[in-house]
Amino acid sequence: MAIEDDVTVVGGGLAGMTAALAAAREGADVRLLSHKDSTLRSASGLVDVLGYDADGTLLADPFEAIADLPDSHPYRTVGVEGVREGLALFDAVVGDRYRGDHTDRNALVATHGGSVKPTARYPASAAPGLASDERSVLLVGFETVTDFDAPLAADHLRAAGVPFEVEGATVQFPGDFRADAARTRLADALDANERLEVGAAGSGGSGRSGRSGGGAGGGESGYTTSLPARKALAETVKDHLDGTERVGFPALLGQHETDEIRADLEAELGAAVFEVPMGSPSLPGMRLEGAFQRACRDAGVRFTTGNPVVGYEERDADRHDGGVAAVRVNRNGAAIPFHADQFVLATGGLVGKGVDSDREGVREPIFDCHVPAPSDRYDWFADEAFGDHPFARFGVETDDDLRPLDREGEPAFSNLRAAGAVLGGSDFAAEKSGSGVSLATGVAAGRSAAREVTR
Amino acid sequence: MSDAETPTDPSDARDEQAVSDEEFEPVQVFPESEEMDLRPGSDDCYKCSTCDSACPVAEVDDEFPGPKFQGPEQWRVKRKDDHDIDDSVMSCSNCMRCDSACPSDVPLSQMHNTARGQFVEEQMEKLSREYVRNRILANYGTLAGFASKVPRLANFVMGNSFVQSINEKLLGITSEREFPEFADQTFREWWHERGGNATSEKRAREARAKRDDASADADDKRVAYFHGCYSNYNTPEVGKSMVRTFEHFGYEVMVPPQQCSGTPMFANGMLADAERAAETNVRELAAAIEDGADIIASCTSCSMSLRQEYPELFSFEGTASVAARTYEALEYLRLHEDLDAELADAKVEDAEFAYHAPCHARNQGLAGQAVEVLDNLTGANAEDVGDSCSGISGTYGWKEEKYDTSMEIGAEMFDHMEDTDAETGMTECPTCAMQMEHGTGYEIRHPLEVLDEALVERER
Ligand SMILES: Cc1cc2nc3c(=O)[nH]c(=O)nc-3n(C[C@H](O)[C@H](O)[C@H](O)COP(=O)(O)OP(=O)(O)OC[C@H]3O[C@@H](n4cnc5c(N)ncnc54)[C@H](O)[C@@H]3O)c2cc1C
Ligand code: SF4
Ligand code: SF4
Repeated sequence: MAIEDDVTVVGGGLAGMTAALAAAREGADVRLLSHKDSTLRSASGLVDVLGYDADGTLLADPFEAIADLPDSHPYRTVGVEGVREGLALFDAVVGDRYRGDHTDRNALVATHGGSVKPTARYPASAAPGLASDERSVLLVGFETVTDFDAPLAADHLRAAGVPFEVEGATVQFPGDFRADAARTRLADALDANERLEVGAAGSGGSGRSGRSGGGAGGGESGYTTSLPARKALAETVKDHLDGTERVGFPALLGQHETDEIRADLEAELGAAVFEVPMGSPSLPGMRLEGAFQRACRDAGVRFTTGNPVVGYEERDADRHDGGVAAVRVNRNGAAIPFHADQFVLATGGLVGKGVDSDREGVREPIFDCHVPAPSDRYDWFADEAFGDHPFARFGVETDDDLRPLDREGEPAFSNLRAAGAVLGGSDFAAEKSGSGVSLATGVAAGRSAAREVTR
Repeated sequence: MSDAETPTDPSDARDEQAVSDEEFEPVQVFPESEEMDLRPGSDDCYKCSTCDSACPVAEVDDEFPGPKFQGPEQWRVKRKDDHDIDDSVMSCSNCMRCDSACPSDVPLSQMHNTARGQFVEEQMEKLSREYVRNRILANYGTLAGFASKVPRLANFVMGNSFVQSINEKLLGITSEREFPEFADQTFREWWHERGGNATSEKRAREARAKRDDASADADDKRVAYFHGCYSNYNTPEVGKSMVRTFEHFGYEVMVPPQQCSGTPMFANGMLADAERAAETNVRELAAAIEDGADIIASCTSCSMSLRQEYPELFSFEGTASVAARTYEALEYLRLHEDLDAELADAKVEDAEFAYHAPCHARNQGLAGQAVEVLDNLTGANAEDVGDSCSGISGTYGWKEEKYDTSMEIGAEMFDHMEDTDAETGMTECPTCAMQMEHGTGYEIRHPLEVLDEALVERER
């Protein structure tokens, strides 16, 4: 016999992990199959529910606006209650790592580009940085972390009319790291509070930092001293402080010890310290991924990762009772079947590779679920670069129970549900709804699948 | 018919894609180029740096510029042929973690392997201490072949601290490590003494009759065992457990002639050595497939090599079908037998393990499999010690200059092992086992040994 579970979830992103967790908590035996790590590593770590309406107007309360969404939107399928259930599961998983659950209203968070973004949940480490706060802000960027230009971000924020004074400064990260040191490397140094050389005439080259056993390094010239990383960082920033009440750093304050690092920096600087969410690789995204993976493991979810699912076997080829018997994983040319009673498709959108497009059309590659798209490719795009592009909404259509529909509008399989960005009808980038859709539909699909097997 | 029976050739598939993606394929600008050209792969990289955040070497070694540089960036600057390969590629441990991290399917480890091969061939001094040392380490199987003829003497010599310090001074092989002991009898010697194929055929037939499985055609239950160097020379117990367990399920085992899988050669850029070994292996294993066998390995680096590195680097006839038909032993049983039910009826005494999934098991999608399987066995429990790398990466941790890095990477795993209740370790990779033992003093077992104990030994 082959490998068999109650529920098999395909896709390891936020939607897949949410579906797997929800199903496991209902008592099902769950396996999660995933080709690659999730796009959370590239996402900001902010959890958006609905930030803008179709006209691009900023929304104060996302829940109020759900009723006005088109019928095809996944939020209309799961309803306001479904969205709340998704967030409730999220809040339970992350505990005090996140803020925002005290209110239905969107928070406004400053991004690394200097814009202000509406979001429903934000990391605790970003909380002191909210744009609605009126305390003055110093943004600190590092020479080697090129995708955060602090003075420029400060200019943008000022231009956006934020209700506080904001300045930006670019400093050199203390220690003698290579110019292209990974953001995770700087985070590790802060986690471990490694001793770093400070005060040397900036050699800036690729020498080693002062980690124990670290061989050559340190100052050929001038006076140097070595300090614990957090203190060294505070020393570097102090001169720029000038009485500012809040200091924002790019999100690299540790992979694990973020709270302690912030507390230490706050004590040294005498100001509130926060992280500005960043692009890929995103430490808040990685921390969130870690929290969800742990929750899944604790709930008994089995992970099988590293190879893509490429196809499926029908339950009974002769009878055509319309069920999936197994999905097939391709491992270097061999097809490995994974059997289950129920399946959840959570392979992401165009980025996660759950929806594929070529010149001929748009398709969902595993089950060949129908993806509605205009037949003329020129109708896939809007004329303006930031226009309302139809392709952003491409994805599978479902019935009320999140079962993908075939061309005729009938459920394509009796035991397959879909969740997350593989669903059509939402433009997560324009409306700021990515994680919210993944959470809401993930919980709904996972619970529904589990109910079929546990009843 | 399952896809497994109609394997598509992965290298063919790649070619086809290269053709159908057409127009913008930069490789076609240089049609005369016959060499492996990985520049199209470079163009898939959108510099998200996710690979860098997954690299265990970059995490502890500030001099190592990381997989993104080693792979796509290096290949991009190589558009001009006069560009040298950066010597840092020799610090990559070939753990292949970057491969599974990349969301854009950039063939990172293939780029590293190819770059390393070029570096060693074109830029490395053949008389240098490093080259000689790497060549010796990479060809461990040859060395072990000699040693196994005189195991006691070899164990004595290798365990001798004087010899160890000479190794370090002369060759740069760290004296911190204990050389693995050579078994008194190699696996192959045991196999022949036991009566080879004929005996296995007989035992498998008896087992099928006893299991009421006589209807199963003998041709359906045939596997060829790729034992690799380590289980042949150092831990024949693993190989014996593999044979007994498969025979218990009614499989006839074959043991074709074979060479080193090539993993240590890839990691040291000795591509010519690897190619020679691979040619023999592909030929012999393809012949076994012709005879109706699937290929089974008990070492995850061996199966990784046959499954992924061969098709990426070589194009011998049969490479693709060997890749598609090679399985890790436990994986194979899970797919073809009701292993869960079988284990539910069995039990062992006090078998608590701290389990480490080798990087090369992870890449094959096998991480966590041993934990799942042992879950069903009464008396046994395996606790996963997390996803950190063990740090030894085959020959890497044997190099004097890499030893500290190797132990720094492994520190997290050692801590996690000590945090569990278990005092015995478990893994499928022989060098990971070496590192686990070195770092914690625990005895380390292979999942197949536990299966053997649960299913076979109780019958004797
Ligand atoms: C760059 C970027 C920035 C973002 N920023 C934000 C933000 O600021 N706020 C916010 O709320 N949301 C943001 N999002 C969206 C957020 O991450 C969503 O939750 C996400 O897009 C949808 O999650 P998902 O689980 O549906 O898909 P994904 O996260 O894309 O996961 C898909 C998973 O399926 C796997 N997979 C795909 N095909 C197969 C296959 N054939 N076999 C096996 N596995 C397969 C993939 O390997 C992956 O693990 C961002 C997304 C991106 C890409
Ligand atoms: S193979 Fe491993 S060590 Fe080498 S670059 Fe990739 S992640 Fe780093
Ligand atoms: S993970 Fe892939 S796409 Fe991202 S930087 Fe590395 S090679 Fe490039």
